[in-house]
Amino acid sequence: MAIVTAETLRDSYDVIVVGSGAAGGQTAYTLTMEGAKVLMLEAGRNYDPVRETPMFQENFRAPLRGTGTPDKPFGFHDATVGGGWKIAGEPYTSASAESGRQFTWYRARMLGGRTNHWARNALRNGPYDFKPYSRDGLGFDWPISYEDVAPYYDKVEMLIGVYGSNEGLENTPDSPDGVLLPAPKARVGELLAKQRVARLGVPVIPLHRAVLSQRQDFQRIPARLHPNNPRAQRILADSMQGRAACFWATPCGRGCAIRANYQSTTVHLPPALATGNLDILTDALVREVTLGSDGRADGVAYVDRHSGTERRVRARVVVLAASACESVRILLNSRSPSFPNGLANSSGLVGRYIMDTVGSSVGGQIPLLEAMPPHNEEGAGDHVYSPWWLYREQKAGKLNFPRGYHIEFASGKYMPNQYTAWALERYTGGSYGRRFKEDARRYYGSFIQFTGRGEMIPNENSFCDLDPAVKDKWGIPVLRFHWQWSEHELRQAAHMQQTFAAMIQSMGGSVIGAVHEDGRRAIAPGGYIIHEVGGARMGGDPKRSVTNSWGQTWDVKNLFVTDGALFCSNADKNPTLTIMALAWRCSDYLLEELRKGNL
Amino acid sequence: MNTTKPGGISRRDAVKWMLTAAATVPWLQPSALAADPSRAGTSPAEPQPAAPPIEPLPSRDGYGTDPDLTKTYGPGDFWPLTFTPEQRRTAAALCALIIPADEHSPSAAEVGVPDFIDEWISAPYPEHGYNRVTILTGLRWIDAEARRRFSRPFADLSESQGRAICDDICWVPKATEQNLEAAGFFAMFRNLTAAGFYTTPEGMKDLGYVGNTPQASFDGPPEAALRKAGLIA
Repeated sequence: MAIVTAETLRDSYDVIVVGSGAAGGQTAYTLTMEGAKVLMLEAGRNYDPVRETPMFQENFRAPLRGTGTPDKPFGFHDATVGGGWKIAGEPYTSASAESGRQFTWYRARMLGGRTNHWARNALRNGPYDFKPYSRDGLGFDWPISYEDVAPYYDKVEMLIGVYGSNEGLENTPDSPDGVLLPAPKARVGELLAKQRVARLGVPVIPLHRAVLSQRQDFQRIPARLHPNNPRAQRILADSMQGRAACFWATPCGRGCAIRANYQSTTVHLPPALATGNLDILTDALVREVTLGSDGRADGVAYVDRHSGTERRVRARVVVLAASACESVRILLNSRSPSFPNGLANSSGLVGRYIMDTVGSSVGGQIPLLEAMPPHNEEGAGDHVYSPWWLYREQKAGKLNFPRGYHIEFASGKYMPNQYTAWALERYTGGSYGRRFKEDARRYYGSFIQFTGRGEMIPNENSFCDLDPAVKDKWGIPVLRFHWQWSEHELRQAAHMQQTFAAMIQSMGGSVIGAVHEDGRRAIAPGGYIIHEVGGARMGGDPKRSVTNSWGQTWDVKNLFVTDGALFCSNADKNPTLTIMALAWRCSDYLLEELRKGNL
Repeated sequence: MNTTKPGGISRRDAVKWMLTAAATVPWLQPSALAADPSRAGTSPAEPQPAAPPIEPLPSRDGYGTDPDLTKTYGPGDFWPLTFTPEQRRTAAALCALIIPADEHSPSAAEVGVPDFIDEWISAPYPEHGYNRVTILTGLRWIDAEARRRFSRPFADLSESQGRAICDDICWVPKATEQNLEAAGFFAMFRNLTAAGFYTTPEGMKDLGYVGNTPQASFDGPPEAALRKAGLIA
């Protein structure tokens, strides 16, 4: 079994998994390791990071020095292929023309989806993050608690490899001993920030990122992840031995040919394929989940992008893991007499309460970082961050917004690109000639940027539905986004700006550009942070949720959702690790139900 | 999510900042320059026909969303270039004034930066259209200025003559009102020259960049760096 074509598909599978990213990869991994026969459908093309990743390509050998364009928004060498903010022939629409009410949707139509280029920041939600409504009366509680998910965070961290440290900070969970890999040393700019911002009360600790700071323990971990399953242990040990440790040289966003960081295509899919239980069909865009006469899902209808023809494939169970909004789109497009408003939508909540992350940045120039002696600062992205720290002040009513944000740092002498000596005249008084060359040496690497990633509270005005008129090039109705930040997010974004400016000043630096007091100017547009979640939230009540706490839809018991659509809230923690933990947990339940004959 | 942040700036924000920075320099109006007879001619004794307008690029595709990332590319591989031989000579002379050779590295003109600038202004993406008008208009202006002040093309000026012109336009806040547009052009041209130069192997070496080479371990900053930052005595 392997990559198949429409002609070599089996007639039927145990489970169809729609999507191949963090959720689809984890779901397929868990199911196939336990023996289920799985077909994975991916809308984009096959993609092999080992062969295709431009690991060492220099910017001067790329068009426009590798600078981002509408075709490759994150730079020429970024791992995303066949995707971006816009995909030809596959539009989405906005319900409003007003500024501040737009949602931008980043899609990666490729095997592994957005896991190929993601930031690799792998933070656990804390105990508060699963019960936000109980704490402040806003948004919704999850039907599960941190304790329910913690064992799955442990498993995912061991499987994919996450570096970091345990600091015992509030709502910032530690991992059990032996789960995390050692955190890399901090860069000089990160150390300077840590020393200086301490006086502001801002903690700086090692970031958790899905990068192998050393090779995985292939002798111990497989038995912990797959007890009583020697075959799965052997397959995983083989896969782990095929992964190298980070060699501290190249940017993770290009992907990793040595498999040192997590992407579905290098970590989840190779062992899943090695079980012999996984078929992957690429260029297969799922239009709808099909229903049998018994009201159960019996498979999916998809468009074969090569021929443009629609085909069907059957399975006992269907899992949607196509990314929050694409899974919503499939549900809404699965209309039938028994489900006129879309499948599994008796609650009317499919597409409702989508959330992104509150994002805002301030950059600065730091004289103490000028003219540093040359040394390597490449490798594994950010090494430190600041978790949210103002719990006590917030509880005492000293902040004008609920919930929190963490701070990501960007500092270091990375491979020079378009911006390395861009707009230096701010500091040089317009130098050119030999002076300019001296200035460029002096200022290279002397910049730092602080970026906030904060919690958005779900609201009635942020959702997606089907556009009544617009269809994609295959004739499939497209999503229409409705978006509105509330005062909570806008005030939080303004707070970020003040904090980051103070941090830069504490380092003896000067802020670049304006520091916004108006949250509307401070906040990144909806969707811009690419953390969209919600739209098919889990819950304990079929009238107030789309699935139960295992991602099983209330309306169709052999239909599951295992991606970010399940989220009831969107903590400041980057969602990918939680997506994977939930996908593993849902898949365990699915397997158990299959064994019991309930599906 | 976000991606790598070269120079301490995420790509996402860098684009935003670039656009902001571009918006803060005065728009160089080709019509305004062409309409000023004191600037449009070459030498006073030799009246020139009115310069043709700067044509926008015809609409064409870029490199698409799925180019082969493992290959290497050079200017002209994806879209045709623009510069005439005269424009190229002017651009090369300006590149060499902005980043001349010194004991550390060659000049920007020697390592292909004019070709990069040509590639940049010829790219079929929206932001590049704005840069195209500014650069082409500015090259025409600076050549005309050289002929007006020194009776020869900009590319044939001595270094001190070239610097006499550049000194007037090298910083927007210092430029006279009538030179504001030219100063905006110069700021953009300097940015592009630096972008083109510091991404070359010679430019990266000049900056002391030492990454992109596999390491057995991440050792953190050396003592000299910690001392420089005041983190150790």
